[in-house]
Amino acid sequence: MSAALLYALAGVALFVIGVAALILQAHLLRKILAFNVMGSGVFLVLVGFGQRSGVPDPVPQAMVLTGIVVALAATALALALARRLLDLNGEMRLPEEEIVRDRLDV
Amino acid sequence: MFDPLPWLILLPLTWATLAFVQGPGRGGRLAVAGLALQVALAATLAQQIVTGGERVLAVGGWGAPLGIDLAVDGLSMVMLVLTQGVALPLAFYARCYFAGHAGSQRYFWPLTGYLLAAMNALFLSADVFNIYVTLELLSLAAVGLVALPGGAGPVSAAMRYLLATLLGSAAYLLGVALLYGVYGSVSLPALASLVGADAPLAVSLAAALMLLGLMLKTALFPFHFWLPPAHGGAPAPVSALLSALVIKASFYLILRLWFDLFAPITSVLAAQLVGGLGAGAVLWGSLLALRQTQLKMLVAYSTVAQVGYLFLLLPLTTGTTAEVTASAWQGGVLQVVAHGLAKAAMFAAAGAMITATGRNEIAGIAGVATRLPLTLFSFALASVTIMGLPPSGGFAAKWLLLGAALASGQWWWIVVMVAGGLLSAAYVFKVLRQAFLPVDAATDFKVLPRMLEWPAFLLALASLLLGLTASELLHLLDAA
Repeated sequence: MSAALLYALAGVALFVIGVAALILQAHLLRKILAFNVMGSGVFLVLVGFGQRSGVPDPVPQAMVLTGIVVALAATALALALARRLLDLNGEMRLPEEEIVRDRLDV
Repeated sequence: MFDPLPWLILLPLTWATLAFVQGPGRGGRLAVAGLALQVALAATLAQQIVTGGERVLAVGGWGAPLGIDLAVDGLSMVMLVLTQGVALPLAFYARCYFAGHAGSQRYFWPLTGYLLAAMNALFLSADVFNIYVTLELLSLAAVGLVALPGGAGPVSAAMRYLLATLLGSAAYLLGVALLYGVYGSVSLPALASLVGADAPLAVSLAAALMLLGLMLKTALFPFHFWLPPAHGGAPAPVSALLSALVIKASFYLILRLWFDLFAPITSVLAAQLVGGLGAGAVLWGSLLALRQTQLKMLVAYSTVAQVGYLFLLLPLTTGTTAEVTASAWQGGVLQVVAHGLAKAAMFAAAGAMITATGRNEIAGIAGVATRLPLTLFSFALASVTIMGLPPSGGFAAKWLLLGAALASGQWWWIVVMVAGGLLSAAYVFKVLRQAFLPVDAATDFKVLPRMLEWPAFLLALASLLLGLTASELLHLLDAA
């Protein structure tokens, strides 16, 4: 087994751990961390599985850089929303029963 | 020569940024001007596609594989026309709507501009990684729009939507990583020529991951849990944009992947399975719509049901004769357009009724028939398409799908479509019946400005007339 394939398999494992945590954990901070673990797993697969005959390929590395920027923006937005929910509900988790009203003048 | 293709992305980016610089709540006039130009650009481009066939533009002179190619064919052109055509009347509507709800419009215009830029870029992208980036841009802007009103309900709906959509894009990106690992390319045309019936297991896994991620983003049953609170709780112009356009963007990608990229490895079993989920969406979404007490939640669940019809396209085009495939394909794309127009009209009309009565419940709209006849008429016209009655665009779409199901002997989809049509009639008439009841003494009807009523009417009328002008649209679809 080559080192590159090992990276790719580790990436898949990280992705699976991230997905499980994203679904199972109730705390929003843990969910956001789980998304980041999942993202790192995908990046590892991209870099590891993308190598041609052991030589690092620059194209997936450029894609990972772009992916990191996207993940950073998504994490920032998620943290801002979680912070807002903490202010509104007093806890960092999604309410069990969704009560949605079309507020006219909030 | 002037090329409208890149400007469909640059123009909304420009006006969105200018609107952001102008400050909270500003930029409506800019947006309307920008969107009017975008409609003209889309029309020009459609003309070029009909006469000259599909187009490819290497941005900055760098072609694939190093550069990013923009490409447009019949399908993406139909989506581009739909997007600009729905967004322009909604911009007029939103200007008027937010004049009465000052608090919740703070960053509506910049976010809408970025949303439209991301969506146009998605339709024009020709490589799977660039599509991932546009998908994320689209989701982030959409989540921001859902969170606009700022209360506990909208913010938790936005959070739920964000987590679901991030999971969907991560699965998609893992699929892209696997594809790059196997073929060393992300360009759609290059990949399409490489994927064969003997593709390795990793490619099937990539296909499954990408399609599942996109189904989550399209809110296909049973992944629809995030849609009703997000679409039902947002301000009316946002609900209209999200339900009419945003979920169609990920559905467009499913079509691209299924028919262009993974065509050699799709199986009848997988198609039937996805069709089964679509059937579940039609029935479950309609039943839940029938049980709602809030007007906009009913419309949101109706979206869940109508998304189901879109997915019936896959079993009707996989493993069937060329004739059946062609008819189902046209029906599916018509359904995308008809639902886009009708659902935008329905949410706009619902928002107008809620603004006039000040109440969100269906019970609160008693008397709308006498006080807001135009708005109720728009809602009813849009419902004709949702129910699939002639001569609407929804009728033409469902007729083509029914014909394809009959011709290929898949009678079970006919049962689903007929049952879905009856159920949708039931939930639509629940609203209409209430509207014709005498005015509740407790309701204080506000007089609505004209711009809160006419855009919904125009959109509903367009969805109805689509049934009569469907051949024009299909001509554009087949231009490539």
